[in-house]
Amino acid sequence: MCLGVPAEVVELPDPTEPRAIVAVAGVRRTVATDLLLDEGLAVGDWVLVHVGFALARLDAAEAARTLDEIRRLGADQPNPFDGAADV
Amino acid sequence: MTPRRHVDEFRDPDAARALLRTIATRAERLDDPLAVMEVCGGHTHTIYRYGLEHLLPDRIELLHGPGCPVCVIPRGRLDDALWLADQPGVTLATFGDLMRVPGSGRHSLLDARAQGADVRFVYSPLDALELARTHPDREVVFVAIGFETTAPATAVTVERARALGVRNFSVFCNHVTIEPPLRALCDGGDSRIGAFIAPGHVATVIGTRGFEFLPAEYGRPAVVTGFEPLDILQALAMLLEQIVSGAVAAGRATVGNQYGRAVRADGNPTALALLRRVFAVREAFEWRGLGVIPHSGLRLAPAFADLDAEVRFRVPGARVADPAACQCGAVLTGRLAPERCRAFGTACTPDHPIGACMVSPEGACAAAFGFGGLDRATARAVGGPEA
Ligand code: SF4
Repeated sequence: MCLGVPAEVVELPDPTEPRAIVAVAGVRRTVATDLLLDEGLAVGDWVLVHVGFALARLDAAEAARTLDEIRRLGADQPNPFDGAADV
Repeated sequence: MTPRRHVDEFRDPDAARALLRTIATRAERLDDPLAVMEVCGGHTHTIYRYGLEHLLPDRIELLHGPGCPVCVIPRGRLDDALWLADQPGVTLATFGDLMRVPGSGRHSLLDARAQGADVRFVYSPLDALELARTHPDREVVFVAIGFETTAPATAVTVERARALGVRNFSVFCNHVTIEPPLRALCDGGDSRIGAFIAPGHVATVIGTRGFEFLPAEYGRPAVVTGFEPLDILQALAMLLEQIVSGAVAAGRATVGNQYGRAVRADGNPTALALLRRVFAVREAFEWRGLGVIPHSGLRLAPAFADLDAEVRFRVPGARVADPAACQCGAVLTGRLAPERCRAFGTACTPDHPIGACMVSPEGACAAAFGFGGLDRATARAVGGPEA
């Protein structure tokens, strides 16, 4: 119910209308953009789609930061091969 | 297949294994076992689908919370929806998940449709409005459910109906808000919840700010979290860090933001303004399994009374107790693992659900039925963190 599916904005057919055409896994779909009116959406942006609406814009720089943080966290533990590990 | 942006990169198995080792190392430093509640049914679904529970150290337990909107709708409201579907000239439109939830007498909207009622499944509230425009001879009622994630979509639809002057459209509003049930859980005397995985999609609307009361008033750390497996594992590592560093014990618990790619501190101001314009907070609303919670439900604001199905149709307002066999209340508050309900998998299955938790794929019982059955030892043997 609360699912949001990442989708890429592929077309903004009419700048005066609150809607966008997005692609979800290759399938094109029209979504309402009323909730992102102040975001200045552009073709190539990624959004989360929920019940036919673009709910949030996905920030690529933040996504990259999170992935970096995940890698850093994963490395943040004793290496089992350096003998110093507390087993 | 080309990798899906924002999806596959958060499913990388090597990164998951590394995170699981970090979680295990941090969990060793816990003074007491830790129970973490994931509030949202979307998280519950991910946790079961990837068997994450089984890969975690024994000292960490995941409790599944009340954040599945389909699961918390009480039988009385469903009986009201069934009543609406029976009114002459009415076309009832709602999301697919809701159509299978049993009201009293195990009768669902799907059953009502089989018996001749005009019940339609829609993907978006805008589709319901479109039904009204294309069927001016029908009274189209949209049964709205959902948390702050979904309520803004209903709000846009209501304003559009008003702007377009559509007169044969109304909303049977069952929207709820996330803060009151979380407060009810924390206030409940028997709560074992030590930390929260907070719902990422609700947070796109209300912001991380919407969860500040958890650390500020209840001393519980929370992390706003995305819906892929790495998201959930990272959130657990972040929560553990707050606990084993001593910050929580020192009264310095915080709300972390693991889902920065979608969530900001202040949420979505456009959506919040819509909620304020279109809805009013109800005195009280009933939740399946949780009882009546003050200020937890939304109705249409008086300015939109003409679009409110409860006003237009004088809905009976049924109150019906939860089914006796069903232990959804205990499941939804994290006091009972779904598999331990007496009816689980026998009297209650996804094909013949007793409780709503068995209906939606985000319900804890349906997730446990579909993906459960592994125990931790087996999961480790087949590729857990120590494998
Ligand atoms: S197994 Fe069925 S009856 Fe039991 S708590 Fe879950 S939904 Fe309710």
